[in-house]
Amino acid sequence: MTQSVPEPKKAEWRKRITLPRMAAAAALVVLVCLSLLIGADTLSPTQLANDPEALELLLASRLPRTLAALLTGSALAIAGLIMQALVRNRFVEPSTAGTAQSAALGILLMTLVFPAASLGVKMIGATALALLGTSVFMATADRLPVTQPHLVPLFGLVYGGVIGAVVTFVGWQTDLLQFIDIWTSGEFSGVVRGRYEFLWGAGIIVVLSWWIADRLTVLSLGREASIGLGLDYAWTLRLGLLVVSVIAALTVSVVGIIPFVGLVVPNIVSRVIGDNLRASIPCTALAGALLVLGCDIVGRLIRYPYEIPVATVMGVVGALLFLKLIRLRPSHA
Amino acid sequence: MIRIEDLNLAHGGTPVLRDINLTIDRGGIIALVGPNGAGKSSLLSLIARLRPLQTGRIFIDGLPVTTTPGRELARRMAILRQDGVFAGRLTVRELVSLGRFPHNQGRSTPQDRARVEEALVQFGVADLAERFLETLSGGQRQRALVAMTFCQGTDYLLLDEPLNNLDMFHARHLMQSLRRMADEEARTAIIVLHDINQAAAYADRIIAMRDGRIASDGTPGEVLTVDTLAAVFGYRMQVTAAAGRPLVLHHL
Repeated sequence: MTQSVPEPKKAEWRKRITLPRMAAAAALVVLVCLSLLIGADTLSPTQLANDPEALELLLASRLPRTLAALLTGSALAIAGLIMQALVRNRFVEPSTAGTAQSAALGILLMTLVFPAASLGVKMIGATALALLGTSVFMATADRLPVTQPHLVPLFGLVYGGVIGAVVTFVGWQTDLLQFIDIWTSGEFSGVVRGRYEFLWGAGIIVVLSWWIADRLTVLSLGREASIGLGLDYAWTLRLGLLVVSVIAALTVSVVGIIPFVGLVVPNIVSRVIGDNLRASIPCTALAGALLVLGCDIVGRLIRYPYEIPVATVMGVVGALLFLKLIRLRPSHA
Repeated sequence: MIRIEDLNLAHGGTPVLRDINLTIDRGGIIALVGPNGAGKSSLLSLIARLRPLQTGRIFIDGLPVTTTPGRELARRMAILRQDGVFAGRLTVRELVSLGRFPHNQGRSTPQDRARVEEALVQFGVADLAERFLETLSGGQRQRALVAMTFCQGTDYLLLDEPLNNLDMFHARHLMQSLRRMADEEARTAIIVLHDINQAAAYADRIIAMRDGRIASDGTPGEVLTVDTLAAVFGYRMQVTAAAGRPLVLHHL
């Protein structure tokens, strides 16, 4: 009979992550408050209490913008995490593997073919193309030699670059370059009430991914180990692909491509708490939300009252973090 | 019972397995031996449904491996491949817990946790339970993987060279654990072994393969003869006896 065994050191596990968790929660509160108050028109807490117009500005613009940054950040970080589990390579994410570029191509083609279609319909096209583009990437990555893990992200960069070039070419030929800028360079300045709500879908997908976290952890052990443990490998792989593609389509259509989030956040979280996705998905989502919101606030402050797009800020911050990560983890991929 | 009927496998036109027919009863240790490229690992992969069948049929307790749901099979049969797992930053305990995945789909019950702790202790990795796999030595990692495979609690274990990376102490310990499992719980282990004397000492049955065929099949006493070993491995080696078992002086 089973004798009683000590609880698997849960207390210790908790101790390891509770302090960072508290710090993250505090950071979230601070950043949200800053984000609500900072902008071209300054808002102060006293104004909010007395001035109905200030309150309206808060609800129509600042709050949606803040929520959009949080939702986008968590979804992009999760998309990166899942993609790394699917490809079993730590250096891939949707914006460096052609997923985001394919989504942009999808929404561009939908705009050309069905100009009158609603954003929701266009997103279906973006999702379809993101799925296709990512599937081609995964099929090719699978054929690259396992002994050369850095080939996969390099191939992804070239592949994403080629699709991005196709997007630019089509945009050039059809005089849609201005629109393309909206999809390829992520920023939150255009986010107001009524123009970001699709991002809640990305939030729902983040929760869904937590629900299938154990399956994704098994998947990350590889095909043979997955089959040995009775996982429906092909089905789970497709589900993961769908999650990544839908997140890419939603975020690209609403705010545009934001680089590096899906790359640096999962890597940092993995260093701290490991690759058990049941534990790391909530942390990754929260860290991604904090990073994107933080970068958006920085972008609002640097040239105040003008703004720098979040994608630009993230390009700098993300690249620095990424370099740091590479130095910390030289041989593992 | 595992039943294999008329199994053939070719890889790019080259035959890998030819006309394999086998019945493996429940309970006992079955060692697969043979030179490199004899088809041992391929046979194990096909039984474990890691590769699609080309011709022939395989049944686990009467269930065909091709059409039975993966989860159903995973509760009856566990496989440990060489280099088959890519876990980096999972702790040893998290990895071993995944052995219970076919039973609980990730939601551990107290019984699952008890079995995990038992396996951690049994394979001497309890002290390493909180360590990430990427920080372990090859042998420690191998023991963690073996613990995970045991933890799956299946009637059949398929182990592809499980003694790789293990020192003498842990190799002997693993073989003794398998022996106990076979004797006390009537579970079945099918093991690819390179050390023929481990097979001689612990196996109930040895299946020797060469060029994709079964060259010899029987008890250690029947298979480990000078002539049979010469036919399988291509050179004559002395066979003596120690502790009531054959001892092959293959290195002389």
